[in-house]
Amino acid sequence: MSKHTLSVLVENRPGILARVAGLFARRGFNIHSLAVGPTEVAAVSRMTVVVDVDELPLEQVTKQLNKLISVIKIVELEPTSSVQRELMLVKVKADLQTRTHVLETVELFRAKVIDVAPDAVTIEATGNSEKLEALLKVLEPFGIRELVQSGMVAVGRGSRSITDRALRSA
Amino acid sequence: MSGHRSGNDAGTTSTPGAHAHDGESMTGAASLVRSLEAVGVDVVFGIPGGAILPLYDPLMDSPSVRHILVRHEQGGGHAAEGYAYATGRVGVCMATSGPGATNLVTPIADAYMDSVPMVAITGQVPSSSIGTDAFQEADISGITMPITKHNFLVTDPADIPRAIAEAFHIAGTGRPGPVLVDVSKDALQAVSRFQWPDRIDLPGYRPVARPHGKQVREAARLLVESKRPVLYVGGGVIRARASEELRRLVDLTGAPVVTTLMARGSLPDSHPQHLGMPGMHGTVAAVTALQKADLIISLGARFDDRVTGKLSSFAPGATIVHADIDPAEISKNRVADVPIVGDAKEVISELVVAVQAENAAGRLPDLGAWWAELDSLRTRYPLGYTAPPPGEISPQHVIQRIGQISGPESLYVAGVGQHQMWAAQFIQYEHPNTWINSGGLGTMGFSVPAAMGAKVGQPDKTVWSIDGDGCFQMTNQELATCTINDIPIKVAVINNSSLGMVRQWQTLFYNERYSNTDLHTSHKGERIPDFVKLADAYGCVGLRCERPEDVDATIEKAMGINDVPVVVDFVVHRDAMVWPMVPAGVSNDDIQVARGMSPTWDRED
Repeated sequence: MSKHTLSVLVENRPGILARVAGLFARRGFNIHSLAVGPTEVAAVSRMTVVVDVDELPLEQVTKQLNKLISVIKIVELEPTSSVQRELMLVKVKADLQTRTHVLETVELFRAKVIDVAPDAVTIEATGNSEKLEALLKVLEPFGIRELVQSGMVAVGRGSRSITDRALRSA
Repeated sequence: MSGHRSGNDAGTTSTPGAHAHDGESMTGAASLVRSLEAVGVDVVFGIPGGAILPLYDPLMDSPSVRHILVRHEQGGGHAAEGYAYATGRVGVCMATSGPGATNLVTPIADAYMDSVPMVAITGQVPSSSIGTDAFQEADISGITMPITKHNFLVTDPADIPRAIAEAFHIAGTGRPGPVLVDVSKDALQAVSRFQWPDRIDLPGYRPVARPHGKQVREAARLLVESKRPVLYVGGGVIRARASEELRRLVDLTGAPVVTTLMARGSLPDSHPQHLGMPGMHGTVAAVTALQKADLIISLGARFDDRVTGKLSSFAPGATIVHADIDPAEISKNRVADVPIVGDAKEVISELVVAVQAENAAGRLPDLGAWWAELDSLRTRYPLGYTAPPPGEISPQHVIQRIGQISGPESLYVAGVGQHQMWAAQFIQYEHPNTWINSGGLGTMGFSVPAAMGAKVGQPDKTVWSIDGDGCFQMTNQELATCTINDIPIKVAVINNSSLGMVRQWQTLFYNERYSNTDLHTSHKGERIPDFVKLADAYGCVGLRCERPEDVDATIEKAMGINDVPVVVDFVVHRDAMVWPMVPAGVSNDDIQVARGMSPTWDRED
């Protein structure tokens, strides 16, 4: 199986998240991550869904999603022609002895410290999955107290807009 | 599919007077009734209750919408399906919130599996109570999400006309299916200005009807080059009303044809190229033709497990052309070599033109050897059944005689089980939309209410419900609806005193241990219930037939009763089985024509 990133433009209506999530569940498709949010067009929301499937089931996922009346358009974003980011907040143990090392790591990964306590710091990091995994690996020895991560969001490189094109043909 | 060509399922769903009430102030309930009138609804099957009560008041005054009060919501749902099957129009059912709505779940799922155009309207608790576990509250839009083509929860009366217009458009176009509109009680009671939408604006819904020309030409090229082609015809051809086009293609190509359970009647059974039904209980010729084909052209079929048997061994040598209006069906089960997305009517019309062009260029297939093989199979393994013990009635014979006596203009509506398979096998279908059954979901209890709906849609046709004693006991309360509303259907209860198909599996796969399949409806003189007395209690005529020599006379007698419903209790041989059979999960190559008997494939003749 391999990971695929789908950008799904949907009508901004109640229940759409349940429709999409339910479809994945009942057809047995594996969601790796899912992020939803508004777009530059008020009536349209955009979901970024990372699925763990082979080529043929991926075609089924796309076709089944397309059958949902509230789904307007689906685009698969290739890793090479798109920019992909996740957000991670991680609370790491950091006392007087280890704090300097933790801060060095933060610096190295171009992450930020957004909260400090006497025995811990909270770090904000964005990037693709590989970068965040690498950061976590380095932070692990200090002791991770709490970890929270967003789903991936992604956008195609260049000046073209999928929202623009989808709505023009609507 | 072509549901969108006429009647209440038109694309923009308008009768001439659709805008007649624009700007008028009225309650949501009144605007819902106006909307149903505007889309051309003539019949609704339903039951009132608390949350939908406001709607029933203006409904009483509608000059064009007839409401038929059913006895159970499931009956209303199947009646709407039967109406849709028989007319090609969108069937409509209605129920109140909570249990009323959940009782519609089975027919909605049934309509979803068999692509039946249907709109279900349900009342919902007032919007201020939604989410509070109020009395008779159920999240029916949540519940039906996976079994509807789309659904709506309406809480603003101003949204009602658009929701109804969109619901009928979605239900009747593209691949048809059920749409649910759930309306909160306060939205039915509040007043707003009625405004019929000028156009349907659904950016996420654009069904493709016209197929891709290049793909169609490729299919035609494969067809004329093929030595062993089969046209595999499914229910999409019925929904698209493409029987005439299919007939042209069949005559033009000379290719063998199989029609699935959902497609019986799409090509006359009397057509010489018709090999019958494929699948678990298909004919040897139809099943084998698919297995040995070098080319399968699938038209509105979906490679269902009941057709393919063990998928990995299905038609191993065949190139697959798969035409369907729903792109998600293509390559879902069997990967298609040539995918064609489009309405069956358009696909077949264009395929005819493309094949004609190939023929004009001198490319004609030679199917002589293929037909010799298939004809030999047809001769050696015709459909048949073993004679019952002396003095007992063969269920197959009863069903065959009903078909012969009532004729191909009648409608036949089956439940689910042995009687359904026999009705698919032994009644000769000559016209589309004359065979109505629950194929995908396999809903026992479908027959009586669906026959009722079919008779309402086609009042001048004879409508036979071919039912089993198990199925009949699930929904026979609708006989009351039939009697009261002058819907004189004819019900043949093929009474083997058991859940026959389950019993057959117990005979074959569970060492004849009959766990919980005895229904006590005729065996050893027990009649619980007595179907003749039951018919009488419902104001129907009840007949019983227990001797083989009385079968014809009893059917004739039932044919003569047209003022009230008739129920005939045919007490039949209990151990009759459905043959041929491909056991579940087994390769179609292992089809058995009778118990332990497989055809011999490699005879030289």
